[in-house]
Amino acid sequence: MNFQTLINPLSKDNPVIVQVLGICSALAVTAKLQPAVVMTISVVAVLALANVIISCLRKTIPTSIRIIVQLVVVAALVVIVDQILKAFTYDVSKQLSVFIGLIITNCIIMGRLEAFALNNRPWPAFLDGVGNGLGYGIILIIVAFFRELFGSGTLWGYQVIPQWWYDAGYQNNGMMILPPMALITVACIIWVHRARNKDLQEQ
Amino acid sequence: MNRQGNTYTVIYSVLLVLIVGVVLSLVYQALRPVQERNIADDTKKQILAAARIVPSEGVSVSELYDSHIVRSFIVDSEGREIDSSVPAFSVNVAAQVKLPDAERQLPVYECRTPDGLKYILPVYGAGLWGPIWGYIAFDADGSTIYGAYFAHQGETPGLGAEIEKPAFSGQFDGKKIFNAEGQFSPIAVVKAGQAPASGEYVNAVSGGTITSQGVQKMLANSLAPYAAFLKSLKSR
Repeated sequence: MNFQTLINPLSKDNPVIVQVLGICSALAVTAKLQPAVVMTISVVAVLALANVIISCLRKTIPTSIRIIVQLVVVAALVVIVDQILKAFTYDVSKQLSVFIGLIITNCIIMGRLEAFALNNRPWPAFLDGVGNGLGYGIILIIVAFFRELFGSGTLWGYQVIPQWWYDAGYQNNGMMILPPMALITVACIIWVHRARNKDLQEQ
Repeated sequence: MNRQGNTYTVIYSVLLVLIVGVVLSLVYQALRPVQERNIADDTKKQILAAARIVPSEGVSVSELYDSHIVRSFIVDSEGREIDSSVPAFSVNVAAQVKLPDAERQLPVYECRTPDGLKYILPVYGAGLWGPIWGYIAFDADGSTIYGAYFAHQGETPGLGAEIEKPAFSGQFDGKKIFNAEGQFSPIAVVKAGQAPASGEYVNAVSGGTITSQGVQKMLANSLAPYAAFLKSLKSR
């Protein structure tokens, strides 16, 4: 049961392509691979910790202010992650700048807190947080891979499209760098995913 | 105790906020010295980048800075060096560029490079989403750009953010900001294939029009007050 909690969000119950949460940040940080990976790590950390904290507090939280309590916990964690990045990986934190702060508004986090952490014990909640964070990250990294490859001709900042391609008339697709192509890439992933998982197709 | 009552809710929220507040301030206090050192090191790295000095692996940026930047001082818009209690490194350029030219404190970094003495000047302006800034290194003739470095806070990756790439900043090398008549004419940033009526220019970032215009405005606004100082370099 616990194992399923960890594994399901990676595919069958993926937060981005099945639950359709966290689309906004999937558009923002996926133009390049590196920010997408750091964003994934940050979201996994914040989501897992927030799930555990809320799960520990779940019996004490008054129902009328539960959303605000969740928000305070998430915001505090995000500020801590931001401060830690600034202190120890200053270059990465400079690149991600505003996106780290925007983790607070990531729908996946509030969604998992509401749907899972409030009704489950800390250990399953932790696994759910890690699973959903990774599920989100997988999509982010796949999208970033295609956007960086076709948009900039690089991967992780290294040139992969050889110069003679450009000399032969190949051009980077500027459209790939713009947010709309992230949405279209996500849609293609959903298409492939649904085609392979027939039980997910709506009638 | 009634977990849904008003008293409980109020006490709960007050306690929660207090605890979170204390934790956050502790984290901030604990990490602040490290962060401030990072920020200072990063600024030094940017200043050196303008003079084409890139720290190699294992070399501390501060040491590299100390060995290359021979002197830093503040000038006014007349080109005179002014006495100031603040070191040039601590001048807040963001605040200075909003002042009228005559009231500005203008930091100058004198840098020793393999190609001779260079003068590095800070520039600061606005991009599309937030501030952009940079450092421009000038040759001892006070007109030729030796190197340029640009950075931004939150420009769109792949578009406006390309101003920080050498592909963009490298275009400034060798450009002159005084024309043949000795008049100050800042570098224009124009769409590839176009050219301004007069003066030197570089190609804008495609898809980053507003950011590119921001760079042009930043150069004009930030460098204009230095005109007198740069001219005085020539006669030295």
